[in-house]
Amino acid sequence: MSHTKSLPKPTALDRLKARFFNTTLNSVVTLVLGAITLWILYNLANWALVHAVWGVDQGDACRANRDGACWSIISTRWRIVFFGLYPFEEQWRSGLACAIMVVVAVLSCIPWFWSARRLPFLWVAGFAAFYILMRGGMFGLTEVVERNWGGLALTVFIFSAVCLIGMPLAICFALLRQSSLPWVARTVGLIIDTVRSLPLLAIMFTFAIVLPFALPSWAIGESLYRVIIGYSLFFAAYQAEIIRGGMQSLPTGQEEAAKALGLGYWHRIGYIILPQAFRNALPPTINQFVITFKETTLVTIIGFFDVMTSGRTASGTAEWSFATLEMYVFLALLFFVFVFSLSRYGAYLERRLGVGTR
Amino acid sequence: MVALLKNRHVRDNALQVLFVGSIVSVLALLAITAKTNMDAQGITGGFAFLERATGWRVGFSLIETDASLTYAQAILIGITNSLFLGAITLPLASLVGVTVGVMRTSGNGMAELLGTTYVETFRNIPLILQLLFWYTIMLALPSPRDAEPLIGSVVLTGRGIYIPGLNVTGGSVFAGFVWVALMMAVVVRMTPRRWRNIDTTRARHEKRVVWLLALAGFIAALWIGRIPDTPLASIPEAKGLNFKGGIRISPELIACVLAISIYGGAYIAEIIRAGFNAIPKGQSEAGKALGLSGWHIFSRIRLPLAIRIVMPTLINQYVWLFKATTIGIAVSFTDFFMVISTAINQAGQTMELIFMLMAGFLIINYSIAWVLNRVNDAIKLKGTQLRI
Repeated sequence: MSHTKSLPKPTALDRLKARFFNTTLNSVVTLVLGAITLWILYNLANWALVHAVWGVDQGDACRANRDGACWSIISTRWRIVFFGLYPFEEQWRSGLACAIMVVVAVLSCIPWFWSARRLPFLWVAGFAAFYILMRGGMFGLTEVVERNWGGLALTVFIFSAVCLIGMPLAICFALLRQSSLPWVARTVGLIIDTVRSLPLLAIMFTFAIVLPFALPSWAIGESLYRVIIGYSLFFAAYQAEIIRGGMQSLPTGQEEAAKALGLGYWHRIGYIILPQAFRNALPPTINQFVITFKETTLVTIIGFFDVMTSGRTASGTAEWSFATLEMYVFLALLFFVFVFSLSRYGAYLERRLGVGTR
Repeated sequence: MVALLKNRHVRDNALQVLFVGSIVSVLALLAITAKTNMDAQGITGGFAFLERATGWRVGFSLIETDASLTYAQAILIGITNSLFLGAITLPLASLVGVTVGVMRTSGNGMAELLGTTYVETFRNIPLILQLLFWYTIMLALPSPRDAEPLIGSVVLTGRGIYIPGLNVTGGSVFAGFVWVALMMAVVVRMTPRRWRNIDTTRARHEKRVVWLLALAGFIAALWIGRIPDTPLASIPEAKGLNFKGGIRISPELIACVLAISIYGGAYIAEIIRAGFNAIPKGQSEAGKALGLSGWHIFSRIRLPLAIRIVMPTLINQYVWLFKATTIGIAVSFTDFFMVISTAINQAGQTMELIFMLMAGFLIINYSIAWVLNRVNDAIKLKGTQLRI
């Protein structure tokens, strides 16, 4: 057996060759696409870095330079983007509140928190802290009404409120749709399907602008909260279908075994069905959160001062109007950081749940 | 009474009546309050307002209108504009999606890298931000006076893109598309019924005849509908401060098309990639064993299988993408939603208009789902041909 030679281990160069240059066609594709990439990168770097203007206080200073970006708009006007119309001396509260919600979001990615008690507690506590910090009026903080909230803080507020209201609603919808009472199941099914076939924008618009017509005067409330309720309804309609998918992928034996053990409805749902359904539905649920966060930006069309509106306001003055594109790029980066990390986490979870858990 | 409540049947029925009854009464209460409020403002209900003139000037319209635009006409323009935007963006997004999806599963490192970057960049930025981004770029193009033709007679200007067009009436173009759609329906209808049961060569011949008929009918419709005393082709030319002739595509429309196709394409690419990954390896190995070329394995085995696997997911995605076209309001593209919301602000017929909005979207979305489900039924693999 001494004459059998083991194959040499593939070096980095070999692996590179196998991925990029294994056939003539592939080599050509690699070179062409590589050239295109380089061209894009070259132009992008030229605009964003080489010819860019940094750290100027006045807009006129970089108006003349149109070959490159004018990042000074970010360094001079970032407060508007993050805090909107929030009073200047109190803006640390707005920043701290956002940081708390980010921490809550990061913590809820840790499996230790994934229980029916810990996760809701974490979110309710985080949200309460956020609200108290933002609204003030107690603990010696000056009161700032919702009308003056804005920027990233408002976006975070709407998003977390929608998740907090929408998730329990989604569980209700999913359970009612699976109900053994046919008319309850059918009615809820109709509501879910109708909401799902409408655009989110139409629902927000209806709740913000049309609904006050149809509500008795004591129930109208603040338009911000109406939009949040409308968005929660939309979120719940989608999330209910995701939970239902999770429940349907459970083997029927699970529920039958629970019944055979004499567990009542709430015990079956709370201890057997929902935990497993949520585990099955975790990747699409995270995807739903990602989409919800992105679509929170639609409130700018209804006229709220969220991060999109404040970005446009920051570049809306005559002094900075030429730098709108830079502001959009900054907002895009801001969203990218949040959304990309969440979606990467979702992909990691999908891999982790896929192996060795069942 | 207690005995009655203990009867399961009675209890169930009472619960159902209570549940449905409470929802119906909440809705009724909303409707009554709305009626009272509208009466107080002196707005009469009903659909008579549709005949009233709006006094609007519509930016982009496929239908020719005059100054006395009525609400009914405005809403019709809105619906056609929405459908038009959907008809452009859905195929474009699919094209982008399939291209990127194929790149990401091609095995070429560079293509995968580029495809992944594309998907991760455009999927993680809100659609409205992308729309405003493209719109800003479109408006920043040089004014018509300074613009130079890009390729041939395509001109990019801040007031829109000018492309050469044909001097034909809009109605004939529409008729041509209806004819092509009819022929496509024939193909979808015949595929499972006739062409699956007859000899492949004959089926291919018959299919070719149908496609030729579609093309011939389209050309004939354009020929009949050409505007007399004008050359067939109309080319944009610089006249004074603006361009005359050709077709002007407004910056709003371009921004919408770009944003929705790029964003939707990123999502569709992920679906397509999942479809390719779900194909058992044995399929392409069998193709290799039969001596098929790489292109044939791709075009005859992997692509058809992938499309069939992802079709149900794609249908949901298309419905979602069509709903996303309402975002056009952010750049004042006159779509269905924008017309309705403006009309609510001006005419005050809130209930009727909201009803029309909901009914419109329900009908359009269910139609898209219905048509695509028929397509899915026609092309899907029956029985045990594919085990995944």
